Amino acid sequence: MNYFPDEVLEHVFDSIASHKDRNSVSLVCKSWYRIERYSRRRVFIGNCYSISPERLIARFPGLKSLTLKGKPHFADFNLVPYDWGGFVYPWIKALAESGIGLEELRLKRMVVSDESLELLSKSFANFKSLVLVSCEGFSADGLAAVAANCRFLRELDLQENEVDDHRGHWLSCFPESCTSLVSLNFACLKGEVNLGALERLVSRSPNLKSLRLNRLVPLDTLQKLLMRAPQLVDLGIGSYVHDPSSEASNKLKHAIQRCKSIVSLSGFLEVAPRCMSAIYPICGNLTTLNLSYAPGLHGNKLTKLIQHCRKLQRLWILDRIGDKGLGVVASTCKELQELRVFPSDPFGAGNDAVTEEGLVLVSAGCPKLNSLLYFCQQMTNAALITVARNCPNFIRFRLCILDPVKPDPVTNQPLDEGFGAIVQSCKRLKRLSLSGLLTDQVFLYIGMYAEQLEMLSIAFAADSDKGMLYVLNGCKKLRKLEIRDCPFGNSALLEDVGKYETMRSLWMSSCEVTLGGCKTVAEKMPSLNVEIINESDQTEFNLDEGQKVDKMYLYRTLVGHRKDAPESVWIL
Amino acid sequence: MVFEKDLNLDATELRLGLPGTSEESGKQASTTLRIGNKRALPDMNEDSSVAASKQCDQETAPPTKAQVVGWPPIRSYRKNSLQTKKTEAETSGMYVKVSMDGAPYLRKVDLKNYKGYPEVLKALEDMFKFKVGKYSEREGYNGSEFLPTYEDKDGDWMLVGDVPWEMFVNSCKRLRIMKGTEARGLGCVV
Repeated sequence: MNYFPDEVLEHVFDSIASHKDRNSVSLVCKSWYRIERYSRRRVFIGNCYSISPERLIARFPGLKSLTLKGKPHFADFNLVPYDWGGFVYPWIKALAESGIGLEELRLKRMVVSDESLELLSKSFANFKSLVLVSCEGFSADGLAAVAANCRFLRELDLQENEVDDHRGHWLSCFPESCTSLVSLNFACLKGEVNLGALERLVSRSPNLKSLRLNRLVPLDTLQKLLMRAPQLVDLGIGSYVHDPSSEASNKLKHAIQRCKSIVSLSGFLEVAPRCMSAIYPICGNLTTLNLSYAPGLHGNKLTKLIQHCRKLQRLWILDRIGDKGLGVVASTCKELQELRVFPSDPFGAGNDAVTEEGLVLVSAGCPKLNSLLYFCQQMTNAALITVARNCPNFIRFRLCILDPVKPDPVTNQPLDEGFGAIVQSCKRLKRLSLSGLLTDQVFLYIGMYAEQLEMLSIAFAADSDKGMLYVLNGCKKLRKLEIRDCPFGNSALLEDVGKYETMRSLWMSSCEVTLGGCKTVAEKMPSLNVEIINESDQTEFNLDEGQKVDKMYLYRTLVGHRKDAPESVWIL
Repeated sequence: MVFEKDLNLDATELRLGLPGTSEESGKQASTTLRIGNKRALPDMNEDSSVAASKQCDQETAPPTKAQVVGWPPIRSYRKNSLQTKKTEAETSGMYVKVSMDGAPYLRKVDLKNYKGYPEVLKALEDMFKFKVGKYSEREGYNGSEFLPTYEDKDGDWMLVGDVPWEMFVNSCKRLRIMKGTEARGLGCVV
């Protein structure tokens, strides 16, 4: 394939954005591999332990943007010890020492120390963008270093991180010369920020498009910020409590109305429901609305707000909206593609929680729906079958019935048929989470029909190993499988160990696999790391092969056992 | 089991923890966490259906329901933030001082205990043995020399009842029952 000079091929490759496609390109022949690796700017690493920073740097010397994910997904739900791993420091250190001109770093579920942030801020002169999602380990001091040292910073986006921010000085550390900010999101910070510094920062950031404030930014500051940044596209409101008839409220209304470009709205971390009418003027433009942190909004005030949002494509809401409220969504938001309904009270009776009725209404009213996360009291097979018929375009379908093994309350049957209908109808389904009472049958359906499935989450389901086998044999594109509290044992685990090399990872907790079974996998597959996580107080592992394993996490890797595992993690 | 009870072995048992604390609740939690197979759970279902109404669920829900680790699958960040809001709303209370002109000492009331103005005014009336007049937006309180006022976040003295209840609860720093001539300035028509 030497018809074109390298520069031409490079130019062609530049227009290929998808990671998958670029990976495929690099496999065509040696010269394509070479050209591709020198021209690669963005790399995505779904498991930070699958490769080492040194090998990354060696292959892609022109790297500008790196995305890393650390802890397994179930770490979000406290199933993984806090010190399990996922440290970003070694990556930053290696990149800093290599001379790579890193400009963007996006991390998810990683441990980020202040030391790493400081090193990051001082090592890359052209650093532009830092996105941290569900990370921990840093404080406001680390943020201060980033603010102070990254002269061309465009993006500082902190999403749902646990941050120790008792000192609010970090915002004042942005120098006067910093005028390049495009996106600033500090909604997850619990501490106060210097409001004057915030106002001045926004004033000197003409390119600011996205601003998400935390709870302690009061209304009058919000009003001043909006006056200075009418070009905003994405706004996250912190505190939204005011008297609708006051002067402050009028000023706010005026400021909001000037923001004609806002298409994404979130926050309302503190809200007085009567004040929502000030927002109505911009609702008609909204494509994204996230009210999932505003439990104070419910009932009429909430539905009235939604009735103004005819262009909505993405809605994140709490289950206080109720089935009736979802009916309003169904009749108003005809462009809706993504819906997430979170529980406002995970352990309570959930008097105004949602049921299958709300979901059916939305499926009927919103034919473009393709992504769902739905926490509900109950679900029926009939409802799921109807939803499958109404919305054949689901790419992501995640259903969580709050009572983990609840059957169809009408027929008292398992929900096999309902989920079966979903996988049969939704031919493009990539991600599926199951809940409710489920037998092996649902997995037969999944194995048969879910041809595009890449990620599957299972909890408290199945009757036997057959369930897991149906999935492993049938889902050819499966990349991530996470299972908890299912009766899957060694014979399912060991049936086809080669399969795990085609996947990113497998998580099994509170299942029937034993130490012996896990050891066998490790022995047969040196390209996998098989980790046993044991958080009990025993000082030594019970070495009996027949011992059931509490938590097992295995993943493919090119670099063997990691060296940073804590005592509670045993790599076989 | 019965044998153990008779001997009262619990009392002499060596265990970690302060004297007087019992490890029972901890034990209960740890045994219920080990829901390793599905067979445990249908019992849970039976319990919850026996518990009948939704109100009962909250009080008599079996411990297994609330203590399954990592269920429902919500990010800790989100769980913590909703919990904070609930705790703030439910347990912190909003105690404000209440003074009455001429009374020798002040009282305190928790505004969170009341759902609206009529309730809190009734409570104040009972506390200080007085009666407020009839409220109207135009004229304030009509028919009594007592006037309920409050100091808001800005330090201004406002008439109780003008703003929506939530707004009032969020901005009220202290209450003062004004009496007589001073009250006239705030719109009391005697």
